[in-house]
Amino acid sequence: MSHDRSIPRRPGDISRREIMQGAIAIGALGYVGADAATSVAIAAEQQSPVGTPITRYIGTAISRIDGDAKVTGGAKYAAEYKVPGLVHTFVVGSTIAKGRIVRIDASEALLVEGVIAVLTHENRPRMADNDKAYKDDAAPEGAPFRPLYDGKIKFNGQPIALVLAEESEVARFAASLVRVEYEDEAHVTDLYRQRDAAFALPEPAKPRGDAAKAFGASDVRHEGEYYVPIEHHNPMEPYASTVTWDGGGKLTIYDKTQGVQNVHRYVCGVFDMKPDDVRILSPYVGGAFGSGLRPQYQVVLAVLAARALERSVRVVLTRQQMYSLGYRPAMIQKIRLGAKTDGTLDAITHDAVTATSQYEDFYRRETTWSGLLYHSANATYAHKLARLDLATSCDMRGPSAATGVYALESAMDELAVALKLDPLELRLRCYSDRAQTEGDVPFSSKNLRECYRQGAEAFGWDKRNPEPRSMRDGSDLVGWGMATGVWEALQMPITVRVVLTANGHAEVASATSDIGTGTYTIMAQVAADMLGLPLGSISVKLGDSTLPQSPLEGGSWIAASVSNGIVTTCKAIREELLRLAKKVPNSPLAKATVDEVALADGRLMSRQDASRAILIADVMRHGAVDRIEMEKSTSFANDGKHAHNTHSALFAEVKVDEQLGVVRVTRVVSAIAAGRILNAKTAHSQIMGGMVWGMGMALHEETLIDHNFGRIMNANIAEYHVPVNADVHDIKVIFVDEQDEIVNPLGVKGLGEIGIVGVPAAIANAIYHATGKRVRDLPITLDKLL
Amino acid sequence: MARALATTQTTLLPPGKISVELVVNGVETKFDVAPWTTLLDALRERLDLTGTKKGCDHGQCGACTVLVDGRRINSCLTLAVMKDGAKVTTIEGLATDGALHPMQQAFIDHDAFQCGYCTPGQICSAMGLIAEGKAKTPDEIREMMSGNICRCAAYPNIVAAIQQVMGAS
Repeated sequence: MSHDRSIPRRPGDISRREIMQGAIAIGALGYVGADAATSVAIAAEQQSPVGTPITRYIGTAISRIDGDAKVTGGAKYAAEYKVPGLVHTFVVGSTIAKGRIVRIDASEALLVEGVIAVLTHENRPRMADNDKAYKDDAAPEGAPFRPLYDGKIKFNGQPIALVLAEESEVARFAASLVRVEYEDEAHVTDLYRQRDAAFALPEPAKPRGDAAKAFGASDVRHEGEYYVPIEHHNPMEPYASTVTWDGGGKLTIYDKTQGVQNVHRYVCGVFDMKPDDVRILSPYVGGAFGSGLRPQYQVVLAVLAARALERSVRVVLTRQQMYSLGYRPAMIQKIRLGAKTDGTLDAITHDAVTATSQYEDFYRRETTWSGLLYHSANATYAHKLARLDLATSCDMRGPSAATGVYALESAMDELAVALKLDPLELRLRCYSDRAQTEGDVPFSSKNLRECYRQGAEAFGWDKRNPEPRSMRDGSDLVGWGMATGVWEALQMPITVRVVLTANGHAEVASATSDIGTGTYTIMAQVAADMLGLPLGSISVKLGDSTLPQSPLEGGSWIAASVSNGIVTTCKAIREELLRLAKKVPNSPLAKATVDEVALADGRLMSRQDASRAILIADVMRHGAVDRIEMEKSTSFANDGKHAHNTHSALFAEVKVDEQLGVVRVTRVVSAIAAGRILNAKTAHSQIMGGMVWGMGMALHEETLIDHNFGRIMNANIAEYHVPVNADVHDIKVIFVDEQDEIVNPLGVKGLGEIGIVGVPAAIANAIYHATGKRVRDLPITLDKLL
Repeated sequence: MARALATTQTTLLPPGKISVELVVNGVETKFDVAPWTTLLDALRERLDLTGTKKGCDHGQCGACTVLVDGRRINSCLTLAVMKDGAKVTTIEGLATDGALHPMQQAFIDHDAFQCGYCTPGQICSAMGLIAEGKAKTPDEIREMMSGNICRCAAYPNIVAAIQQVMGAS
């Protein structure tokens, strides 16, 4: 396989996309091509002084509209649909990391009363025999894993059989009776062992200047190597698919996913099914954090079984089995920073080695964040990929930035120490008003300076004693650390349907998902404001593959994409209402243009003169219509003249027990600049959640592998530590005002990832300040401090 | 094909079923269940009360927390047959006459959840916590709610919601 690959580009897209390769992968999947007409329309909407949306709900702290369903148990997740005659299952996983199955003996399992069948690669129904069929919207280069396809073992825990039974306990018991004989091959699962065998990826971004030479000539130099281990997403809801056999081979599938239409295309491809014969539903998703971007193997197993038995089937993975899905790849990063004595940067080099499987090349652009975040005339990046005998790594919250910025911001802290400069002051001296990685263009908006100012003030940073080990609270050492965060304000083509009915109700629909992010709620808020209706008169449909086209929910792009998509479609509704209104005898809006009218309080009215108005109900009655349905696509043309990013400033306090090495994160302040905030309440939760993820990354999370067996040792939620309530103390989120009239009409930039970015470094830097010990491999467990 | 395997003669018999009586959310419920069935699976699969969630099946995450005779327990670590005669309260039993329980309302008010999957367990656990009467301070609430993992990390909001209900009672 060639490793020198070019990445398809969307027309008009420039190098900012390269920061996140996944965006390109997704952009290349049939959503290609900017819709020029729509883009122009949006630009007009945005520039028109009378085109400003009347905001009654946008920006306010509305409680989630799906709250009632979630606090009463009414919200149903993938494994919770009652289906008559349902077949229960249990997955059997391989116990070797590499090799092949010589013999698989299900005879004993089949003797258990209630067992219907045991599905293996030897007796499964037909499935596609080419890689293309298995390529989903988020698939990296390579040959995707095919569940139960053949006897080859590619990773430990790989599904090799599915026991089908009338009851789940019977299936689970019988699974323990499936005997497997393997032919072992030598495996490698240790990134450090494969480091030298790693192959170079194409240059992550164009280098500038001569970083090696500038580094050599710098007054002050810092060089450090930083390690992030494998981490697993561990959403609370286990992966599950309930496939209902609708007769005639038609399937309705309740699946846990971040993209119903991605799963739809994938299932149609793998099983050569007609689009109309498959429907994917996912109205509620119990967390995913990137693990649900790609279809997971349980959906393949469930469809195989349903087709084999011509019955409805459910497959639910155990917590342990979820460790055989994707993960944040382990990575070794080397940073070199060269500076003048005044604290301005001369050179940045960022090298990374990350892990993937033997069969697919998953990687992101960890290294280029360094060249984006700070001003430096010289910068180079290098990225190598190491193949391990594991499942393919994948996106996990803040992919590339959570890890890349951890290394950079730790290194910046070390440079500040070397320069004897306050770490915040160093950031200000290296502040970049232009995106040097993207052709030295300005940002559509960048209010990071204000993040630094407000964050530092809220934290009390000016009271910091710069000397390590200088601050105490009783027997605890106290440390204060800070860091910067950055993410990209991505947006994807999307289609939104709005149906307005004469009774004053509207339904807004798109095939996106709400993985806990608050999509339902922001969709209702934006639609209510754009249509001038009360929030309670809006219903939202999502998580259904039959709805209008939506990209995957990932990369923090859904809020911007869907909210602006609603603006587009609601404008079409307004146009149609105006057309009908002009036909009303003596219409007060006879001469108005669409940009001169707004919808508010159930009326179509002139923006200049609110007395010139007609009730929507009257317009529709006169027009003899009882519903107006519009479905419009929105794409986001990029003129290449601006970089679109979100930023944050993080300040953390830790207390470290000097005898025991126990670290507590007692305070964290995150000041965020992310454009318009659509919902103050859910936005706060998004950022807070990301910050706690950063705490987990800094102190707790690590997937441990026994390299002798190539098997994960802590594949459970007790030994893989995630933060619990007692770990989380004082969290403060500040949204810094950031108006952005360039990025999109609503000025929305997305929040899902930015919350985590920078937090691990802020904590690691605080631990250094507390203890004087610089730990460069995560997580910073107490043994590393003793 | 798999269907051919279905005709295999069966000789290994799963354990026989035992009759169990539970009062679930105030309703007397009698059903037959195998001794290896957990209370969690009995609720979800036999009684169709899927509000109680399975997150790990090992008592590690707390998503399956229900109240049994007023005490919070991990229903995944309890066999249904062990609770014969017990009163079980699940998330479905908290709202009365269509009105949310104050704890449910407090969770909404404080945005004490995102994806919602751990939420029924958090709410039942919070009810148990208040009934225990041990936790008074935010630190004590945090400590005694640490058996319930929230991967979306709504923890500070969960503490705020519990404090709201404690303050009102």
